[in-house]
Amino acid sequence: MAAHAERRPLRLRGAGTKDFYAESLAGEILDTRPWQGIVSYDPSELVITARCGTALSEIEQALAAHGQLLAFEPPGFAGDPTIGGVIAAGLSGPRRPYAGAARDFVLGTTLLSAAGERLRFGGQVMKNVAGFDVSRLLCGSLGILGMITEVSLKVLPVPRAEATLRLELPAAAALEAFNRWAGAPLPLSGAAWWRGCAWVRLSGAPAAVRAAREHLGGEVPDAQSAGQFWSALRDCRLPLFEHEVMWRLSVPSATPSLELPGEPLIDWGGALRWYADPPAQLDVRALAVAAGGTAQCWRGASPTGRFHPLPSAVATLHARLKQRFDPHGIFNPGRLAAGL
Amino acid sequence: MAHPDLAAALRAVLPADCVLTQDEELRPYECDGLPVFRQRPAVVVLPRAAEQVRQVLLTCNRLKVPVVARGSGTGLSGGATPHAQGVLLSCARMNRILEIDPAGRTARLEPGVPNLRVSEAAAVHGLFYAPDPSSQIACSIGGNVAENSGGVHCLKYGLTVHNVLGVRGFTMDGEPLELGGRAADGPGLDLLALTIGSEGLLMVVTEVTVKLLPRPPCVRLVMASFSEVHRAGDAVAAVIAAGIIPAAMEMMDRKAIAAVEPFVHAGYDLSAAAILLVEADGTAEEVAGQVAEIEQVLRDAGASTLCVASSESERARFWSGRKNAFPAAGRLAPDYYCMDGTIPRRHVGKVLDAIAAMEIHYGLSCMNVFHAGDGNLHPVILFDANQTGSWERADRFGAEILELCVELGGTITGEHGVGVEKLNSMCVQFSPAERAAFLAVKEAFDPAGLLNPGKVIPTLARCAEYGRMRVHGGALPHADLPRF
Repeated sequence: MAAHAERRPLRLRGAGTKDFYAESLAGEILDTRPWQGIVSYDPSELVITARCGTALSEIEQALAAHGQLLAFEPPGFAGDPTIGGVIAAGLSGPRRPYAGAARDFVLGTTLLSAAGERLRFGGQVMKNVAGFDVSRLLCGSLGILGMITEVSLKVLPVPRAEATLRLELPAAAALEAFNRWAGAPLPLSGAAWWRGCAWVRLSGAPAAVRAAREHLGGEVPDAQSAGQFWSALRDCRLPLFEHEVMWRLSVPSATPSLELPGEPLIDWGGALRWYADPPAQLDVRALAVAAGGTAQCWRGASPTGRFHPLPSAVATLHARLKQRFDPHGIFNPGRLAAGL
Repeated sequence: MAHPDLAAALRAVLPADCVLTQDEELRPYECDGLPVFRQRPAVVVLPRAAEQVRQVLLTCNRLKVPVVARGSGTGLSGGATPHAQGVLLSCARMNRILEIDPAGRTARLEPGVPNLRVSEAAAVHGLFYAPDPSSQIACSIGGNVAENSGGVHCLKYGLTVHNVLGVRGFTMDGEPLELGGRAADGPGLDLLALTIGSEGLLMVVTEVTVKLLPRPPCVRLVMASFSEVHRAGDAVAAVIAAGIIPAAMEMMDRKAIAAVEPFVHAGYDLSAAAILLVEADGTAEEVAGQVAEIEQVLRDAGASTLCVASSESERARFWSGRKNAFPAAGRLAPDYYCMDGTIPRRHVGKVLDAIAAMEIHYGLSCMNVFHAGDGNLHPVILFDANQTGSWERADRFGAEILELCVELGGTITGEHGVGVEKLNSMCVQFSPAERAAFLAVKEAFDPAGLLNPGKVIPTLARCAEYGRMRVHGGALPHADLPRF
């Protein structure tokens, strides 16, 4: 409220695990962590509601105690993010193509608006089409429309069985296989390619996982190294991420190998391609666009900003939404795009 | 009065057979699936291509004429009720499947493609489109996008918003807009999610890209009857608590069973207070395991009878009662009014008790069908519109049910939308500041307020008036009804 009255920009920040992420950081830090705690959780309703400052680890532990999980596998990076930060960033882990993205699990949010009002959108029920879906708009909004103070998420049971397979395959063959398998009734929950190997994770009923394992073949790494691989993939901690410049290309999953030098890390069954240090003269964005996708400069400098530029009609809508939700530009100015 | 130049201006940009202005041509468009709201539009246009849609929008924007887009007109909240001075834009002729990409598992569709046709076209590739609203033979993908339609399989497969990857279309000023696409994550705000379920207030969609899923090779249905509604409600919670996510979990109460059984001979237990239909799908091994677990949980929860459909035809027969619940209602009374509230599942018993009390209060009968897995309740109020005051009572009855849903932490609409029907109930669910935020979204997309005006977001004056009507002398109406 004071910030609004004085038009003082605020930088909303939870645990700071994503300080490296997105465009510029500006404004006085407003630490969201004091506003924490699980508000309600009824396992048989498959819904958890928590305040923004609640640590992801606290939520995951509460869910695990009842055999449930956040199916979008939010990345924690180098720390323990807050749930507010997880939803504001809207990032999802390896399970995303098979279980859904962060936004798919958002049922409701409470927003502290620029005028200091508490606005509730969505709710705690699975189906809700009353009014515009502002809750999902806020997921991935990077705090530019206001501060998410509370969030209700759909949760799912932990799969009864899980198995990881590793198959030695060139990237092109892995891409073809990932897409073929995704079109078959297999209990996939992860499909990645890294350093000459396809990693496939299966989750579901024990009988289905067993049958799929036999069908797909490959070797079964020990549980510890499998677990380490998937968590390193989710948290962007594989050795590739030690590079100074990282590009993240979001493309249709069946896109063949891209004409970029260096070995990529492929995730999401082909829909996500990571590249380190592409030559400066290469137009990575143009390559992504040609494939029907977009490219984000995940880390390092890019003259055109980190995020893929928005088409002008879409940019106009962004500017108008920002103007109406946060007319004085106090929330996370410039974090999503310059001028927003 | 409609704009005097409207018809001529539209004929200048569209072929003659795409513009309807004669009274008898307009009549079929005067209502959607909720016929209590009727309004003849000034003009109906039936474009065949996206460019024609753009021309219509440019013309209407220039003349400041409202535009209401319509799919197949199966909506149940009056979302496609025309505007008296406006253009009704039917997408019915834009009904081509543009592309099916079996490798990438997507389909690119024009908005008028009927929902079921997508799964039919994808079947040769072993794929299907998951959302299956009960009107899926007729309802269009464009309409599904506008309403964020659900169906009986949403608990496992999600709503339209979870299964649409991208849309193309135009804002009211004719500006082309592409949101989402075949790639998973795009930059910027999730305007696609905002547009899905926006009931035609933000843009007109001319192309939809949907996700296709592998068709489960095996499907089996368990039917259980219960001597008490509360017990059936607890059984639903017990299935979820056991870590099972069935493909569908539906419930019908005694009145609904009694209404459909003589009509479809589904083999329902007429002595039951409620029956549950629980479906499992997946590979044969997976389904066998899940069905055994479901049977065990339902038995432990006190099911009085339990049976698993032994064949595909028996499965279809068990489903036929549920799927014919609305036509059966039509046999019991001249008119019926289908509500669409969602509640936290644990309150289902309470809500059904309260509805029973309201039946006495309003002197109207109500049967209940329920997407029990996701808490979406469809009470069907039976009335006779020819009887004076009957519709008014049904209307109040319905509003009262929705207000109860809100009180219990639920919502006034799970899948049918607000349209014109639930404008008053929006005043109950949302504060003035929240409604102002909806208006802000509307203004960002459509500053002139010409796309489907008067829907979804109630005016301040309307809410003030509704508030006065609901509360007299500081007390809620019908203090005799149980409230929670």
